[in-house]
Amino acid sequence: MKTVIAVENGDTLKALQGFLQALLGSGVVDALLVPMRTPNGTVTPALVTSPELISEADPLAPVLPVNAATLAGQLSVKEPRAKVGVVLRSCELRALVELTKMQQACLDSLMLIALDCAGTYNVPLYINKINRDKGQGVKDEKQVVGDKGEEAGDGGELDGLWLQLYRQAATHPESPDPELRSACKICEQPVYDGAQITIELLGNDVTHEIRISLPDELGTRMAMSETLVSNERLSVIDKLVAARAALRDTEFAKIRERLESEDSIDGVFAACIRCHNCMTVCPICYCKTCVFKSAIFDHEPMQFINWARQKGAYRMPADTMLFHLTRLNHMALSCVGCGMCTEACPAELPVGIVFRAIGQRLQAAFEYVPGRSYVEPLPLVTFKADEWTEVGE
Amino acid sequence: MTDDTFEPRIIAFLCNWCTYTGADLAGTSRLQYPPSVRIIRLMCSGAVDPIYVLKADLSGADGVLIGGCHPGDCHYQEGNYKARRRVVAMKEILKSAGFDEDRVWLRWISASEGARFADTIREMTAAMREKGPNPLKTKWAV
Repeated sequence: MKTVIAVENGDTLKALQGFLQALLGSGVVDALLVPMRTPNGTVTPALVTSPELISEADPLAPVLPVNAATLAGQLSVKEPRAKVGVVLRSCELRALVELTKMQQACLDSLMLIALDCAGTYNVPLYINKINRDKGQGVKDEKQVVGDKGEEAGDGGELDGLWLQLYRQAATHPESPDPELRSACKICEQPVYDGAQITIELLGNDVTHEIRISLPDELGTRMAMSETLVSNERLSVIDKLVAARAALRDTEFAKIRERLESEDSIDGVFAACIRCHNCMTVCPICYCKTCVFKSAIFDHEPMQFINWARQKGAYRMPADTMLFHLTRLNHMALSCVGCGMCTEACPAELPVGIVFRAIGQRLQAAFEYVPGRSYVEPLPLVTFKADEWTEVGE
Repeated sequence: MTDDTFEPRIIAFLCNWCTYTGADLAGTSRLQYPPSVRIIRLMCSGAVDPIYVLKADLSGADGVLIGGCHPGDCHYQEGNYKARRRVVAMKEILKSAGFDEDRVWLRWISASEGARFADTIREMTAAMREKGPNPLKTKWAV
């Protein structure tokens, strides 16, 4: 059913918190995984069991410190499980679907709560922005922690950050805030359709009401009524998707030109120090015994010397391009483009766009869309007898 | 680029049941083929992790051959079908990353096809000689 919850005094966050509180209070879920405000003003995912603490939840904060699909996996992969509602953005939900297929998460005990996403900032920039928005000098922590109270002014500006993004996505989808994360600016999947509950923020006047789509049974249980309202969400999404896809294709063309030139991937990733940050933050890279962390690469000193003699010089740390190419083979088919790798890279390499650009070609070859459906098998664990019959002959 | 003095070096990952036995047959049948191939035996073409092929290619092997049973004949039922998908993916990745994907070959050669094995090595050696040395052989940053 589609329903609306009223927003009072333009405080969308409070209305949303009220809904989450009701979910938790009514026992529909035992706990909620939701972004919570931290003392320094940014958010971090937390598992909340106390309805009172939902007043510190801020799922609207336009910042993605971590792709929480991994966390939803931790909360669901083994039995016994509790019923957990997970408030996630589209890239997190799509990663969660992929993790399910890799037996690293189980959707049975999870209630997926999807939030329309207009894009996110990286953590340092977000902290900077909220401090800037609060005025030159930050007065006290209290405002940051989110106790807006009746002081509509201060808190309202903090909230304004996300509101601006949703408004811009609806009115000027072709020109996203240049300060958004590079992955978000080219994200053509800002909404996720397969969740039980969808918080529909795009194309609606969220300062007056929030539209929510949820199962009839749940709506009845929570004493909500069907509201038939026409809204512009779908047309806004269509335009946003088209605009983002156009930006994405421009970025893909740029990076492909570099990759296919003399540069190739070793030129683009020349500054890589093989710290494995991209792998650590990648929601798809789940292996606990990753070959690149194993002793296989602890070569004997003379082995390095031999390689150096063969090529005249040998890049150290060794096997850096092997690392990237192997990781591409292992996860690019499931890459959801969340861009966490780009954020984590200390050398500020364009990891995410390289993996997405290569991943898109692979995904096209296998007609596979990561996150589309959890019953669709991973391309490399299945096959058809009558495909690519020319290969091998 | 053609260089008559250039002898390509090919790393071949062959499945135990078909292609390796086929290579054996080529030997026992005294078939002549270029001494350019270094064979590594695995139990199945489906056991060829992309990392093996990539390591060989990035280290400067002029060609990498993966040999398996014909479709439908896999000793483990479906290993070669999965190998085929992996090779398709790996070649797409190599190409998109700016490397020469045509240095990686997949061939189905059965235990009775000694002649096909010898032909494949001849064909691949000629093709790699035509291409010239793998540029990654001297590219220290890879």
